Amino acid sequence: MKPDSRGYFGKFGGRFVPEVLIAALDELDSAVNEAFDDPTFWDEYHAVLRDFVGRPSPMYRCERYVADLSPVPLLMKREDTNHTGAHKINNTVGQALLARRMGKRRLLAETGAGQHGVATATVGAKFGLPVDVYMGARDIERQALNVYVMRLLGADVHCVESGTQTLKDATNEAFRVWAARAGDTFYVIGSVVGAHPYPYMVRELQKVIGVEARRQTLARYGRLPSDVVACVGGGSNAIGIFSGFVDDPQVKLWGVEAGGEGLESEHHAASLGAGSIGVLHGSRSYLLQSAQGQVRETHSVSAGLDYPGVGPEHAFFKESGRATYPSVTDAEAIEAFKGFARSEGIVPALESAHAIAFARKLAAERSKDDLILVNLSGRGDKDIGRC
Amino acid sequence: MLTAVFERARSQRRLAFIPYLMAGDPDLATTSQLIGALSAQGADLIELGVPYSDPLADGPTIAAAAQRALGNRVGLSDVLALAKQCSGNSAPIVLFTYYNPVYQFGVQRFAAALADAGVAGAIVPDLALEESAELRAALAEQGREMPLLVAPSTPPERARRIAEAAGGFVYVVSRLGVTGAGKTPDFAPLRAQITALRERTSKPLAVGFGVSRTEDVRSVADADGVIVGSALIDRYAGLSGTQAVERVVDLAAALIAATRR
Repeated sequence: MKPDSRGYFGKFGGRFVPEVLIAALDELDSAVNEAFDDPTFWDEYHAVLRDFVGRPSPMYRCERYVADLSPVPLLMKREDTNHTGAHKINNTVGQALLARRMGKRRLLAETGAGQHGVATATVGAKFGLPVDVYMGARDIERQALNVYVMRLLGADVHCVESGTQTLKDATNEAFRVWAARAGDTFYVIGSVVGAHPYPYMVRELQKVIGVEARRQTLARYGRLPSDVVACVGGGSNAIGIFSGFVDDPQVKLWGVEAGGEGLESEHHAASLGAGSIGVLHGSRSYLLQSAQGQVRETHSVSAGLDYPGVGPEHAFFKESGRATYPSVTDAEAIEAFKGFARSEGIVPALESAHAIAFARKLAAERSKDDLILVNLSGRGDKDIGRC
Repeated sequence: MLTAVFERARSQRRLAFIPYLMAGDPDLATTSQLIGALSAQGADLIELGVPYSDPLADGPTIAAAAQRALGNRVGLSDVLALAKQCSGNSAPIVLFTYYNPVYQFGVQRFAAALADAGVAGAIVPDLALEESAELRAALAEQGREMPLLVAPSTPPERARRIAEAAGGFVYVVSRLGVTGAGKTPDFAPLRAQITALRERTSKPLAVGFGVSRTEDVRSVADADGVIVGSALIDRYAGLSGTQAVERVVDLAAALIAATRR
């Protein structure tokens, strides 16, 4: 489904930004429409994904992780095997190609866990574009390895000390910087959030996950999965894999949010599960906020999920019932992080561990005729020391 | 309602002077005193900021002021109460608020509350033309107005449509970027923008973002008004009560003197 001409998925989306950014969004919208209609854009995108990123990413059947619960086949779409270790690179390759088509000379990004910052720094190095990354002071502290890598790749990492010092405030700062520099700078947003056309554009660039996963599942099992599970912060890895199955109503879609210390504790980041409709960072969606409309501080053990908003298409899926958004606590995610590593020999990102933890619960309700597919959105090296 | 403010200034051969204050910074009592003092000094219109956690159009000064006000637990209801309290003895007030607090309050309820508080209108910087119809209609029903923003990056035809839809006046953003006193606007393109807008609208044009010094005010003498925020807040940051008022009044007097043509 394409959003309407004003960028709405149902009642979610739109463009809630200062006037100074409208011209930049219009310019981007034209460039996106033109590029997405141009086969040479997609040829180059897929060539870079193949030769640089290492796509298609494998589909792996877990042998042991849920064997004690159920005979259901549990499949992992291995985005952790991508160059730079997460799904984020699919998006940044596409946006860097767009930046080049538009004649932009610099890239600007915000990052929480650092994976999007690393992915942007990587394409900046590859395509010869200087990169500025904005990151909250707290995230800089808890994701030191990724900060080191970004700087190694030549990016300037700017520490954001305002507000909650996490992804939300890094995003505010990136918007402000972009407002001053939109003429020559391409803002590489890291998830399916922001003002139109970002949620649509990022989805189209992450759709490759779902398209591959659908093909791989059909080729190997001759059937579609019964369930597709992915973690949701902003929601780009989830939208990416959901996109391959959204038109197959028999496939249940599960977006797993960060339950932190539990939804009743207020220390969580479950925008869809416990938030309400509002406007943040350019679009109308669900968010965590006070009754007076102030955006609330969030909590998750995983920096990549520690964000008070969520992409508008997920809000649309929630309201239409097409997808369901449960949550998993910090403790459950950490248990899955460790258990999965020991059972399967794969260290997942803490973000992905949320999806894995939920898949384990789901497995108990499924039989061998079902098929659970999880998007393993990234690898967990960055999280070592936090669990 | 707002147009009259500019007509009066024009008849006195000067620009309208529009100071911006963040309600609740450093505290509501000081904001009230500042409103009174600036009105007495000759401010034509007061822009009263509603504290918001994620102000995308604001630079460090106003963002920090908002954080301080939020630390005092000041929200939209408090700002409306303050405006009501000041409505009889001050220049007219417009609120400067981001959309989410309005959306949570309720668009219709917000418009009615503005009318009840005697507030002339609202400026909502993250509500661009395409998203603004509902709030504009609700405000109009209550006899309130909603100025809209034109940026240096706004193409001419779009600027014309914005000016047509704007209530009261057109808020001319002086430069690319956010509010703040740090970086001086580039006045040559700004004056060209003002000239171009004059051909497209008869509504008053008020220049804001980055206007901080008396020279800046003189540089935009061909506009109808100037909005000064961060420079005032920088002036009294860390002070409260009479001390804050004294510091602000000095600067305001100099800026007002510079508005004379």
